[in-house]
Amino acid sequence: MFTKDVLDKSSELRSKWEDEVRKGVAKHADQKEKWTTVSDLGIKRIYGPEDVKNLDFEKDIAYPGQFPFLRGNQPTGYRGKYWTFRMFAGMGTAVETNKRWHYLLTTGQTGLSTAFDFPTLMGYDSDSSKARGECGKCGVAIDTIEDFGDLIKGIPLDKISTSMTINPPATVLWAMYCASAELQGIPLNKISGTIQNDILKEFIAQKTLMCPPEPSVKLISDTIEFGTKYVPKWNTVSISGYHIREAGATAAQELAFTLRDGIEYVEDAINRKGLQVDQFASRLSFFFNSHIDFFEEIAKMRAARRMWAKIMRDRFGAKDPRSCWMRFHTQTAGCSLTAQQPYNNVVRTATEALAAVLGGTQSLHTNSLDEVLCLPSEHAVQIALRTQQILAEETGVANTIDPLAGSYFVESLTNEMEEKAWEYIHKIDDMGGMIKAIEKGYPQMEISDASYKFQQQIDSKEKVMIGVNKYVEEDEKIDIPLLAIDDSVEKEQLKRLASVKRRRDSRKVSQCLKDLASACKKGDNVMPYCIEAVKNYATVQEICDVYREVYGEYRDPGIF
Amino acid sequence: MSNRRIRILVAKPGLDGHDRGAKVLARAFRDAGFEVIYTGCHQSPEQVVSVAIQEDVDVVGLSCLSGAHKFLFPEVAKQLKEKGAEDIIVIGGGIIPEQDMPALYEAGLKEIFTPGTTLDSIVEWINTNVTARA
Repeated sequence: MFTKDVLDKSSELRSKWEDEVRKGVAKHADQKEKWTTVSDLGIKRIYGPEDVKNLDFEKDIAYPGQFPFLRGNQPTGYRGKYWTFRMFAGMGTAVETNKRWHYLLTTGQTGLSTAFDFPTLMGYDSDSSKARGECGKCGVAIDTIEDFGDLIKGIPLDKISTSMTINPPATVLWAMYCASAELQGIPLNKISGTIQNDILKEFIAQKTLMCPPEPSVKLISDTIEFGTKYVPKWNTVSISGYHIREAGATAAQELAFTLRDGIEYVEDAINRKGLQVDQFASRLSFFFNSHIDFFEEIAKMRAARRMWAKIMRDRFGAKDPRSCWMRFHTQTAGCSLTAQQPYNNVVRTATEALAAVLGGTQSLHTNSLDEVLCLPSEHAVQIALRTQQILAEETGVANTIDPLAGSYFVESLTNEMEEKAWEYIHKIDDMGGMIKAIEKGYPQMEISDASYKFQQQIDSKEKVMIGVNKYVEEDEKIDIPLLAIDDSVEKEQLKRLASVKRRRDSRKVSQCLKDLASACKKGDNVMPYCIEAVKNYATVQEICDVYREVYGEYRDPGIF
Repeated sequence: MSNRRIRILVAKPGLDGHDRGAKVLARAFRDAGFEVIYTGCHQSPEQVVSVAIQEDVDVVGLSCLSGAHKFLFPEVAKQLKEKGAEDIIVIGGGIIPEQDMPALYEAGLKEIFTPGTTLDSIVEWINTNVTARA
């Protein structure tokens, strides 16, 4: 990146500076022996031209819209359009969640994102014995297309894109979305949104599970194939590092495991479905965590874009530039928030959001200050959303694209992040791919090691968490209003479900489920059968039970 | 005092899959010299109780983030009692709002640990409050 003259001069100046440092350190010794990022990457006292001397501007950095897309996919950045303000919301019943959605839209949110409750996430109905105590607690309860209709009431499906955090039952919830659009007279090629639909990270980290890895990946390829043919504006997989990080992974682990999961989906869609990479790759999206270490996160996101571009071009032979674009949503780190002195969380979230913006995210969720204690209250959500709006419209950070490019430190850290991630990816390749690695418990153990180490560093105060292990307020009374989901939600939801079950044509339902089972056995694409089943009011669990029966059920082995 | 080490079941009842806390604790307990059994996610209260009794544990540590603790924690305590195993100490942790705590103690939970608690202090609590059965 620099001529020999510049590097020689830099080296001369650097050694003078080092002399000065020695004198300085004699006066003020370093506050710490080891300086590291939050995920333990070593940080030097200073970075200079010699730290980036091997960078090739054209090959490694270039301009936005140019390979390797380090500086962004689009040539115009945030000037034409800010990132999408997409707050995650869902609690209680579909009717309540719909109210929160409308509230968010009136406060300037530009996209919707659904949090489902645990029974829905795991493919159980609200009346399952496994669902007791969970209904509507951690998200919205959806059992049938009738609930789904209440959820999207008054939302123009052809204008607002909606993201659904749903994994094992993704086919079912997406089928409800598609069927609802059809019922509203909106053709499938007009709707847009995202289903998370990333099962591998569930085995690795989040543990919302249903069937074993192999058939679970098959269901994802079904959605990729169906989307490619009929729902071309839909993102069929949001390959997610967020949960991997929340489970305790380092930034490099998050980056590596996420990209390696993405490789697995692309391979399966090509091998199982015979699709060409350029037919579907532009509809894969990503989801990252923005943790508290500002520069590490920016480096991670920049490295992610460059790595995915290389993977798509070099590993899969993608020709269309859009296949090489890594499009990603970001959420600030829930696990960085503290129950202690909860108002401090506003500052943490703002810093993490700024990192996401400087990392070039296309869509952002900012956590609310109370999320470490409960689901966010409306007021806390408003502050979180305003944080994004202030960043976008007051601070000037969106004025120019990738403003940190060329920073010795940021470029060097970006390279280091990439190197570390490649090491993991190559290791998993050597194991025979991510499914094999998961079966060996490899990513699970790596994350488990990292999270245990981190907790020990917090306990020993090697890493600081304000309010938890430093500047602690003794006998603190945590006194903020908390949103509680009333237990009456469960009763109400059970009544609604019973009423649908009474009114529907049960013969039709069982025929749909039989047809689905036979499609599963034959290896056909399940999507048309799911759409037919949900239109006839088959429940989430009834459909998922078919999967469990045909494909088998996965049980978390409890690796620690 | 028996020579047996304290035996702990770390369990995640319900459907919540956020197992970071449970796994970190399981390791901390192991490092502290306890015998640790971890059953993985998605255990029903019946399953938790049955493992606790079969494995003859001294303590059951429950972890939950989903908000379902109000049903799940008391249910485990209740079923242990019904099976005549009320001598097994039940503790809990996770995202537990303070206003829910009185009901949990009332239901038989001996201690509730919330975010920010150090591993050492939990280990210390167990060493102080639990004696391994002979």
